[in-house]
Amino acid sequence: MKRLNVLHPKSLVKVMAILVALLVNTGGFSGEASAQSPEASAEVVSATAAASEHGAPVAHGEEKAGDVIMHHVFDSNIFAFHPFGEIELPKIAPVAGIDISITKHVVMMWLVSAILLVVFSFVGGKYKKMTNRQAPKGLTNAMEALVEFIRLDVAKSNIGHGYEKHLPYLLTVFFFILLCNLLGLVPYGATATGNINVTLALAIFTFFITQVAALKAHGLKGFLVHLTAGTHWSLWIIMIPIEVIGLFTKPFALAIRLFANMTAGHIVILSLIFISFILKSYVVAVAVSVPFSIFIYLLELFVAFLQAFIFTMLSALFIGLATAHEGHDEHAAEVAHH
Amino acid sequence: MLTSGVILLQANLLSPNPGLIFWTAVTFVIVLLILKKIAWGPIITALEEREKGIQSSIDRAHQAKDESEAILRKNKELLSKADAEADKIIREGKDYAEKLRADITGKAQEESKKMIAAALSSIEQEKHRALDVLRNEVADLAVMGAEKIIKTALDADMQKKIVNSMIQDLSTKRN
Repeated sequence: MKRLNVLHPKSLVKVMAILVALLVNTGGFSGEASAQSPEASAEVVSATAAASEHGAPVAHGEEKAGDVIMHHVFDSNIFAFHPFGEIELPKIAPVAGIDISITKHVVMMWLVSAILLVVFSFVGGKYKKMTNRQAPKGLTNAMEALVEFIRLDVAKSNIGHGYEKHLPYLLTVFFFILLCNLLGLVPYGATATGNINVTLALAIFTFFITQVAALKAHGLKGFLVHLTAGTHWSLWIIMIPIEVIGLFTKPFALAIRLFANMTAGHIVILSLIFISFILKSYVVAVAVSVPFSIFIYLLELFVAFLQAFIFTMLSALFIGLATAHEGHDEHAAEVAHH
Repeated sequence: MLTSGVILLQANLLSPNPGLIFWTAVTFVIVLLILKKIAWGPIITALEEREKGIQSSIDRAHQAKDESEAILRKNKELLSKADAEADKIIREGKDYAEKLRADITGKAQEESKKMIAAALSSIEQEKHRALDVLRNEVADLAVMGAEKIIKTALDADMQKKIVNSMIQDLSTKRN
């Protein structure tokens, strides 16, 4: 109601600011921010002056902005569609002391899975029907480009011999992460890959696949020999802990990299928008928040592809390093020499 | 804001949530298994088949090219051989024709010579025969004249005249 009273020549700007805020799912805050006094909207300087005069309420506003940003990034039990209400997700009783209730990110993952299954059952069906004299078209062709890229440039070039075994995992992880990243950029969506638990789970898969591949390639003896890094036995007391830590740092870095990239992008977009609300200025909204957040949004689109690719690429690289035979032979020769 | 952010970071951003890890793992494994069955299998098989198909097509094209080149070379060889053969045949034919013509003309000339000779000899024979016939005729005439003379009167003058005229006749006839 108050919003109607302060209708302004610059209302278009306000609408845009609200729309962008809605776009990144922060509708809850926009109502309060738009209820600002008209004189504060004139200049950045006056807005900052006003902010220094009324210290306490502004500080409250800042805390509120931080809360909203964090609330957007965090997982929760509530799926909010702001002007239209929200859905409370069901709670499931803890099993073996673990709370396995469905959260926003779980729902997003299921959505991603559903989309993946629909798209790829369609594409897979096309391939089943296709003879190798026919060329793929449309969606099939687009997916083939990505699949072929993962197959040749990621799997084959990094793993080498026997890459076919790991191909289903790499393809699934690539498309799963890519779609999670992209759905996080859709209004009302949430970035499941911006949650450390999700990325950690995926990194654990890579870890186990890497270790199993290493065990299969080198055998248990070769695997243990690898832990000593081929050094003299007197150094083992140092080398073995370092190598063991090294085993875990790789997937840990994978998890942190994906999570941090996806979270950071969202926090930057939200922060850019909240600058205009904190400063209570339409000028800032038009000159800074909207263009910069659009720029970061486009960057995020690129990052969504890039991070999915990097996760897959590094997974393939780790598997390739673990199964490489040259190192093993070298170590074996050295051990035999000692 | 900074302090609240830090608190929130500590409180929530990196806090482990085993439930979410569990759901991620379950979701991911199910998606992986289903996609492996319905999508990756057929797609990768199709891609590999196509790769093999393309490779074999290229190989076949190369092979066909080599083959066609070989055939072309062979054809050229055959053609040049055939050309040489044809040349030879033509030359031989010409030689033979030349020889044949020479033979035929030679023979014809010989033949004509022979024919001329035969004609001459037959003419000679005919002449002789005609002379013989003439001689006989003359003898008959002489006998007939003699008869006449004897029949009419054996007048000496008359006889002289008759013999003279006869000789006259003979000489004119003979010439």
